[in-house]
Amino acid sequence: MEKARSSAVLFATLLLLWIFLNGSLAVDVLIVGTVVSVLIVLLFKSSLAAFSELKTTPQALRAALQYCVYFIKELIKANIRLARIVLSPSLPVKPGIVKVRTRLKSKMGRLLLANSITLTPGTLTVELKDEWLYVHWVSVESSDVEAATTSIVSGFEQYLEVMYG
Amino acid sequence: MVNIFIYIAAALAGVALLLALYRFIQGPSDADRVAAFDVLTIISITGIVLVAFIEDRGIYLDVALIYALLSFLGVIAVARYIERGF
Amino acid sequence: MGTLLDFIGGLLLVTGSTFLLFGGLGLVRMPDLFNRIQAGAKTTTLGTLLILLGMFFLQPQWGLKLLLIGLFILFTNPISAQVLARAAHRVGTEKCAKTTVDRLEEDLGEKS
Repeated sequence: MEKARSSAVLFATLLLLWIFLNGSLAVDVLIVGTVVSVLIVLLFKSSLAAFSELKTTPQALRAALQYCVYFIKELIKANIRLARIVLSPSLPVKPGIVKVRTRLKSKMGRLLLANSITLTPGTLTVELKDEWLYVHWVSVESSDVEAATTSIVSGFEQYLEVMYG
Repeated sequence: MVNIFIYIAAALAGVALLLALYRFIQGPSDADRVAAFDVLTIISITGIVLVAFIEDRGIYLDVALIYALLSFLGVIAVARYIERGF
Repeated sequence: MGTLLDFIGGLLLVTGSTFLLFGGLGLVRMPDLFNRIQAGAKTTTLGTLLILLGMFFLQPQWGLKLLLIGLFILFTNPISAQVLARAAHRVGTEKCAKTTVDRLEEDLGEKS
């Protein structure tokens, strides 16, 4: 059951990608896309973890939307802060690598979290080991695990937790 | 009017390209060069998109997409190489 | 109406490439590799997305393909930054003198 659902999600993703690439809904485009998508799903159905973990409940979809909005806000903030650092003559950086913990269990959830951390203010994921993430921080506010977790991870985690569990 | 914006954007991207090129040549480590290379290719992608508009050829966007794909694979491959040693 | 869209699009293009410029500046000015990667990854992501959005205002019929390029960059850019940072850390790339703490190195030291 779980397998069928993840196959369906992968199939839909691939077909959508194909339609985007072609930019058309012509019959021949759809036929080729369907055939190739089915083939790929059949070939790779053993490694589908990423697609089976996403939940499709209404709460999860709402969280996904909120996550996107929050992410864009953080991305813009990150760039403005970085621009300020780069433009100031004294280059006010206080870098360091801190350790944070995530409550997320799924692989895809952790991947998205790591990516989000990289694109948000002053942080870059360097290493991911089980539940621990090692994050390079341009201006370290605290090297304590708990404090760093609250300040770096929590913002995204609250949404990703609902999306992936 | 649009062309003025395009030229300003292209000029800014050009300066960014030169800065990244400086880091690419200067190094000092291999990883620095790869980081610079990554930025160089992404700036080139925006360059291709701008050219696509000026020449009014949508097909160039496919070039940009494939370029992005190859640059990503390239960076991953070189990172592996750095990690495994020589 | 057409000119207004053109104006917004053009403005987005210029804003986007300004961020690219900051990225290049960061790449040159930042003191060590990890800070440089940060500067590069963040600014090029937002810069490129803004330029693609601006292009959408100028050429709405390219929308799907621009969206595809944008999504691709949004996903791959942080991944290549992370992979590079991890590789560099594993081979012990030098960190600048201002670096305050390195938990990863500490943890690796304990195990060996």
